[in-house]
Amino acid sequence: MAEPIHVTMRVNGVEQTRQVEPRMHLVDFLRDTLEIKSARVSCEHGACGACTVRLDGRIVRGCLLLAVQAEGCEVETIDGASDRGDLLELQQAFHAHNAAQCGFCTPGMLLTAAALLQENPGATREQVREYISGNYCRCTGYHAIVDAVCEVLESQRQARAVNA
Amino acid sequence: MKAPPFDYIRPRSLDEVFALLERHGDDARILAGGQTLLATLNMRLSEPGLLIDIGALEELRGVALRDDCISIGALTRHSEIEDSPLIARHLPLLSMAAPHVAHRAIRNQGTFGGSIAFADPAAEWPACAVALDAVLVLAGPRGERRVGAQDFFLDLYTTAMDGDEVLTACEFPLRPAGSRHAFLELARRHGDYAIVGLAACARADADTLDDVRLVFLGTGNIPNRAAGAEAALAGRTPDADAVARARLALADDLQPFADLYNSARTKQHLAGVLMGRAVAQLAGRGAGNLQAGGNHG
Repeated sequence: MAEPIHVTMRVNGVEQTRQVEPRMHLVDFLRDTLEIKSARVSCEHGACGACTVRLDGRIVRGCLLLAVQAEGCEVETIDGASDRGDLLELQQAFHAHNAAQCGFCTPGMLLTAAALLQENPGATREQVREYISGNYCRCTGYHAIVDAVCEVLESQRQARAVNA
Repeated sequence: MKAPPFDYIRPRSLDEVFALLERHGDDARILAGGQTLLATLNMRLSEPGLLIDIGALEELRGVALRDDCISIGALTRHSEIEDSPLIARHLPLLSMAAPHVAHRAIRNQGTFGGSIAFADPAAEWPACAVALDAVLVLAGPRGERRVGAQDFFLDLYTTAMDGDEVLTACEFPLRPAGSRHAFLELARRHGDYAIVGLAACARADADTLDDVRLVFLGTGNIPNRAAGAEAALAGRTPDADAVARARLALADDLQPFADLYNSARTKQHLAGVLMGRAVAQLAGRGAGNLQAGGNHG
């Protein structure tokens, strides 16, 4: 039988230390141990993107990472990012475009979209589609999601042009 | 599904890794980024008793320019390769291939060495390593040895690595002047496993292509070098005749297997289509033929 392991990480700014089974995924640690339910569990093999969280600032799949691998790391879920106001513009655009629908994929979509805004502020609509291709929306509301992300990209470009 | 139970250890040195591999043998698996391994464990395709997480071995991380090669540490993440100006300048084929490796969230965690060592026949890096004559650096209790990519991939998920060895780096020879590259892939959804893919490179002279390398992925158990098609193109003007001859040769070079969605004939056809596009790029008639590093932002 597998030995439980001590793991310490910061989750949404709070240090958390627990004993976990080595096989426990980060997303299950967040949901079942810490009761942070915003990262979803769905396909459990990296295909759907519902479990997307930030690990040391980079988006990762919560189902393809063991909790023990996050030892010493900074983990952020949509709750933490949202409370910091980090996603405000995207959230408003998702709301305006009705891009949330059932809401299951929304945390993963927002964190993925936020990573795109940071990595490629000049992204085209096609590049937005490609970038979020790793996140499934089973309401098939992709059009509204892409509209929302493109709107934020455009408004940020305009803001930069005014400031330049 | 959830993975079956296993023990987990995160050693601080390669010597510790070797000792663990000696003690646990086939019951142990090396965990690098885990983007393939953990998915297969979740699906219970294997049940190792121990995962040896090499993620703390900082010396296995990073891209470095040496006198005659670019060395990519085994733990270098796919996204680091995607973003590296050094790679874009010296190994544009890798910059072109990187956006095809799954999705950004997976590229942020998955490692170059993990992909090479796992040797999935539909993975991008093994085909690139063969196309660019990479040398794989293997460390073990008996010391270090180097194996050419051409001799490394033996069969489905099977490499020339011994059970007690660890892949530490991949060394890519610097490309000669005039080199051109193309990486093309067909998948049902961007980032999914390839139906067929092609890593291609050549040296372009005034009108001809030389040193043509065509390495296909998703067409067999290992990266498939299309020697016949390469020969049909080498030293010639890359016109429609040459491509037609190469396509005929491709029928002998490849014996693709059907997968769940695509028949062997479909794959053979698609391989020919990709080759035609790749030759157009290598000849300078398409996008992405030079040092720009692709259009992946």
